[in-house]
Amino acid sequence: MKRAMLVLEDGTTIYGRGFGAVGETYGELVFNTSMTGYVESLTDPSYTGQILMSTYPLVGNYGVCNEDYESDSIKASGFVVKELCKTPSNWRSQMDLDTFMEQNGVPGIEGVDTRELTKRIREHGTLKCRIAVYGNEEPDIDSLIQRTIAQPGISECEVVDRVSTRTYKRVYDGQGPEIVVIDCGIKNSIIEQLKARNAGVLLVPFNSTSGEILNAGPDAVLISNGPGDPSTLKHTIATARELVGRVPLFGICLGHQIISLALGAKTYKLKFGHRGANHPVIDCETGRVFITSQNHGFAVDKDSLEGTGLEITMLNPNDWTVEGIRHRELNIHSIQFHPEAGPGPHDTHNLFDNMMTIINRSVSR
Amino acid sequence: MPKRDDLKKIMIIGAGPIVIGQACEFDYSGSQACKALKEEGYEVVLVNSNPATIMTDPELSDRTYIEPLTSDILEKIIEKERPCAILPTLGGQTALNLVSELAESGILESYDVELIGANLEAIEKAEDRLKFKEALQKIGVAVPRSAIASSVKSAILIAEEIGYPVIIRPAYTLGGAGGGIAYSLEELKNIVELGINYSRINQVLIEESVLGWKEYELEVMRDSADNVVIICSIENMDPMGVHTGDSITVAPVQTLSDREYQSLRDASLKIIREIGVDTGGSNIQFAVNPTDGRFVAIEMNPRVSRSSALASKATGFPIAKIAAKLAVGLTLPEIPNDITRETPASFEPTIDYVVVKIPKFAFEKFPGSDEILTTQMKSVGEVMAIGRTFEEALQKAVRSLENNTYGLFVDKFEKFSLEEIETYLSVPNSERLFCIASAVRKGMEVSQITKITGIDLWFIHKINNIVEMEKKISAYTMHNLPAQLLEDAKTMGFSDIRIGQLTGSGEKDIRKLRQELEIIPSYKMVDTCAAEFDAKTPYMYSTYEECDDDEPSRNKSKIAIIGSGPNRIGQGIEFDYCCVHACYALRELGIETVMINCNPETVSTDYDTSDRLYFEPLTLEDILNVLERERVAGVIIQFGGQTPLNLAKGLEDNGIPIIGTSLNSIDITEDREKFSLITGKLNIPTPSHGMASSVERAVQVAGIVISVLLIAD
Repeated sequence: MKRAMLVLEDGTTIYGRGFGAVGETYGELVFNTSMTGYVESLTDPSYTGQILMSTYPLVGNYGVCNEDYESDSIKASGFVVKELCKTPSNWRSQMDLDTFMEQNGVPGIEGVDTRELTKRIREHGTLKCRIAVYGNEEPDIDSLIQRTIAQPGISECEVVDRVSTRTYKRVYDGQGPEIVVIDCGIKNSIIEQLKARNAGVLLVPFNSTSGEILNAGPDAVLISNGPGDPSTLKHTIATARELVGRVPLFGICLGHQIISLALGAKTYKLKFGHRGANHPVIDCETGRVFITSQNHGFAVDKDSLEGTGLEITMLNPNDWTVEGIRHRELNIHSIQFHPEAGPGPHDTHNLFDNMMTIINRSVSR
Repeated sequence: MPKRDDLKKIMIIGAGPIVIGQACEFDYSGSQACKALKEEGYEVVLVNSNPATIMTDPELSDRTYIEPLTSDILEKIIEKERPCAILPTLGGQTALNLVSELAESGILESYDVELIGANLEAIEKAEDRLKFKEALQKIGVAVPRSAIASSVKSAILIAEEIGYPVIIRPAYTLGGAGGGIAYSLEELKNIVELGINYSRINQVLIEESVLGWKEYELEVMRDSADNVVIICSIENMDPMGVHTGDSITVAPVQTLSDREYQSLRDASLKIIREIGVDTGGSNIQFAVNPTDGRFVAIEMNPRVSRSSALASKATGFPIAKIAAKLAVGLTLPEIPNDITRETPASFEPTIDYVVVKIPKFAFEKFPGSDEILTTQMKSVGEVMAIGRTFEEALQKAVRSLENNTYGLFVDKFEKFSLEEIETYLSVPNSERLFCIASAVRKGMEVSQITKITGIDLWFIHKINNIVEMEKKISAYTMHNLPAQLLEDAKTMGFSDIRIGQLTGSGEKDIRKLRQELEIIPSYKMVDTCAAEFDAKTPYMYSTYEECDDDEPSRNKSKIAIIGSGPNRIGQGIEFDYCCVHACYALRELGIETVMINCNPETVSTDYDTSDRLYFEPLTLEDILNVLERERVAGVIIQFGGQTPLNLAKGLEDNGIPIIGTSLNSIDITEDREKFSLITGKLNIPTPSHGMASSVERAVQVAGIVISVLLIAD
C-alpha cells in the first residue's frame, strides 16, 4: 500500500494513504466545492502550480473518461481527497482515478479530513503545501517542512509558460469570424464553445506581440483563462494594451484580469479564491442571477476601475467581487467566471452567443 | 423585486390527515410557510383538518380553521375570510387537488382569489400526463413513450402497441396511488380499472417501461425574476420501478459525471420554465439508462414534496420557507441564507458529506399485504443519516430504523440458500438491502447482484466493503482488536453493538474500549456551503474524523430532548408535536435546548426549532455520544413516544439525568404486572388479566381470566 504525507508551510503534517504516482509534489493548496467534475478540474490548466483538494468527500465514483479532459493531461500538481473510489461505476468510465493519476505522474493523498483543511484555508488563506507519496521509506518530516517553506509561492512561478502553446496552432477552421486566442492555458470547453458557433480558432503563445497577433488578421482576440498571478504577465499585459481599440477584445478569468491590468486597473489576491460550481453572479443591468463555474485566486480591484474606461457588468453577491466588465466606448468585454463550465452549470453559455453577436456587428462595420 | 403589497391576507391549505404517501413533511412545510409569511407581515389564514400538527397551533397563523378539506367547506371559508391569495404548493397533493377543483368550479374567480406559487395552468401542465408530455416534447426533453387511457379497453390497445411491461400512472394522485407495473394483460386490466377510479379525472397514463434504469431527482427553485437554482440532487439506489418514497436514496448524486449531471440540470431548468411554476420549489424525476446514459424525464411535482423535506434537511436550505417568500414576490438574491447569514439564497447548496434516506415500512401491521415494492408508495415513514462516507451514512440510517438492525445483518437471510437469495433479490422489497449483504457474505459476485437487482455496481461495492470489514473484525476478540481496525470500522459507520456481535462481546465493552483508545466521534456542521463560509447555525452530525466544527456551549443548564424517530403506525406526528413544544417552552424559559432526531420530515429537525440540532440515529450509542459532548443538565424522553422510552434504562445506567417522568414511573406504566399492582392498590377497577411468558402459562391464565381475553405484548 502506498502511504502519503501532506505538509503545510505552517508545519502541519497529515498522514494518509497515497494514490497516483509515487514521489513528491508541491504547490499552493486550494479547495474546490464542486460535487462532480474532478476530471475536468484536474486537467484544467488554471490549476497549474496548485494542489487541488475536493471538499466533496467521495472522489472517483464515476471513473475517468477522456471526453472530459480540459487539456491533454493532469495539470494540478497533486490531489487531496477524503476517500478515493477504487471501484468506479459509469458507462463512460475508461479507467479509475488512481490509474489516471499514476499514468500522469501526479501524486495524491486520501484519508484526509478535508473539511478541517478547508476551514484552515478559509481562515488563514491559501497555504504552500507538499505531498509525498511513498512505499516503506517515510520521508524526513523536518526537511519536507523546510522544503515547503522554501518553495516558491504561486506569484513567483512562471506557470503560464508551462501551459501556453509554443507555436501558432490552428484548432478549428470555422466559417464564421476569425478569433485569435492568446493561450494562457485554455480549457478545451472554451474551444468547444467557439467551434459550436463556427468561429475560426487560432491559438497563439502568451508571449506573442501585438504585431504578430494583428498579422494573423483576427476579427477578435480572446485572452484565455490560465494559472497564476496576472500581474506577473508583463508581456501579455503590454500586448493586450496595444490591442485595445484595434480589435474587439475579450477575456475569460485570467484573460479578464489581464485586460483590466492593461487598462490600468489593479488586481489583488483573494484570501482563498473562488473555486466551485455554485457561485452566483448578478447581471448588474437586469438583476438576474446565474449560477457559474469559478476558478480564480485573484480578482480585479473594484475601486481601481475608476478612470480606466471600464465599468462593472457583473458582481458576485457572496462577497461583491467583480465578475464582469466592459469598456464604455470600445469593444472590450471580459468575465471572471467560466461561462464554458466544464465542470459546472451551463447557465451562461449564452455569453458566447453575445460575444459572436458583438464580433459579427464589428465585422460588418 | 420587493415583496408584493397588494396582497394582505393569504390562505394556506394543509395536507390533512397522515396517510401512506403523505406524512409529516407537510407539517414541516406548512408551518415554515406560515412563519415565513407572518414574518413578512401578511395576514395568514390556515385551513387543515389535522390537529396533531404544529401548523395548526393558534399562534402560527392569524386564523386557523380545523375543518374538513373539501371544496365546499373551503368555499365557505373563502367567503368569510376573503383572502387575496391562496398558496397551494405547501400542502401536498391534497392542497393542489383542492385548489384545482376550486379554480375549475369558478370559485376562485368569483371571490377574486389569486393562486400564488403555482397557477392553475402550471398545475395542470405538470399533473396532467398528456399535457406534461406535450410540454416536454416542445422543449426537446425526452420522455418515455406513452399514451393516455380512460378505459380498460383503450389501455389494452396502448399496451400492445408499446409492449409489456408497461407502467400505469393515474393522473392527479398521491404517492402513485392506483398505479403499478403490468407484465401481462391480466395485470393490466386489474391495475387500470383501479387506477381510473383513483384518478380525479378518471385518466391513466400507459407508459413505456424504463424498469431497471437509474432514477434521479432534482429539487428545483424558481423566483419571479426567473432565477432558477438546484437545491439538491438525489440518486435512488433502487432502480426505476420502485416509488422514490420507497427507495433507499442518497444525496448528492454519486454515479453521474459532471457532464451527465449537467444535462439533467439543464433539462430541469427548461422544464420548470416551460411548465410555468412561477415561484417556489418543484421536484423533477429522471430515469437514466445505465448502459448508454440516455435519459428521460419521468414526472414533476409542482409543489413541495417529501423529497423537498429530505433535500432541506440534507442541505440546510429551508425549501418551504424560501418557497413561501418567493410566492409573495421576493427573489432569491433578496433573501439571506440563514446559515451563513452573509451570503444570499441565490446559490446552489454544496455538501461535503453523504446523506442516505431509508424508508420505514410496517408490513408486519398488515399481515397478508403484498410486500413487493412497486410504483405505488407503501412506506409509512423514513429516516435520514449523514456521514462522511457512504458506508457510514448507510449504517447510521440502518440503525435509525428501529428494526433491531444495528448493521447490515438480518439472520433469516443467512439461512437462505444461494438460490433462495437469488429469487428474493430479483423482486424489490423492504429488506433487500440486508439480503444483498447476505448474498455478498455467501460469495455471490457483486456484478451478479447488480445483474439481478438492477442496483448500480457502485452501491453493491459499498455493501461489499462493509461485509469485508465485518470479516476483518470477526477475526479478533475485543481483547486483541487492533485500534486502527476499530477506528476504520467506526469511519464505516459500524455500531458498537455490531462490533460487539462480531467480536463476541457486548456494546458496553466496545464502548469502553473505544473510550480507552480515544476513538470518539467528531461533530461536523451541515452548512449549505462545504465550509467555504462560516456557518452560524449549529446543525450537527457525527463522524469519525480528526476535528470538531464547533465547541459545545459551556452553558450548564441546557436540556436535551430526544425525538421520536421515524413515523410508523401508532407513532406519528403527534410525538414530534410534543417534542417541538418542549423546545419552545424551554426556550421561553431561557433554557438552551439540544434536539436529537433522525426523521427528516419533521419540524423538530428544523435547525431553528432548537438551539442545537443533532441529526443522529436514536440509539443508546449515538445519543450517549452527543450527551457526553454536550454535558446537558437533563434529558427529556417523555415526549418522543416509545422510541426514547426504550432507551431510558440505558441512559440512566450511564448516569444521564432524566428529567420529567422518571424511569421508575415509566417502568410502572409500561409493565402490565406492576401497573396492575398500582391499580389494585388504588382500588381502580380494570378488566381481569394475567401475565404469561409461555403458551402453557397463557392457557392457564386464560382459564383464570374469564370475562376478557386480552393478549398483549
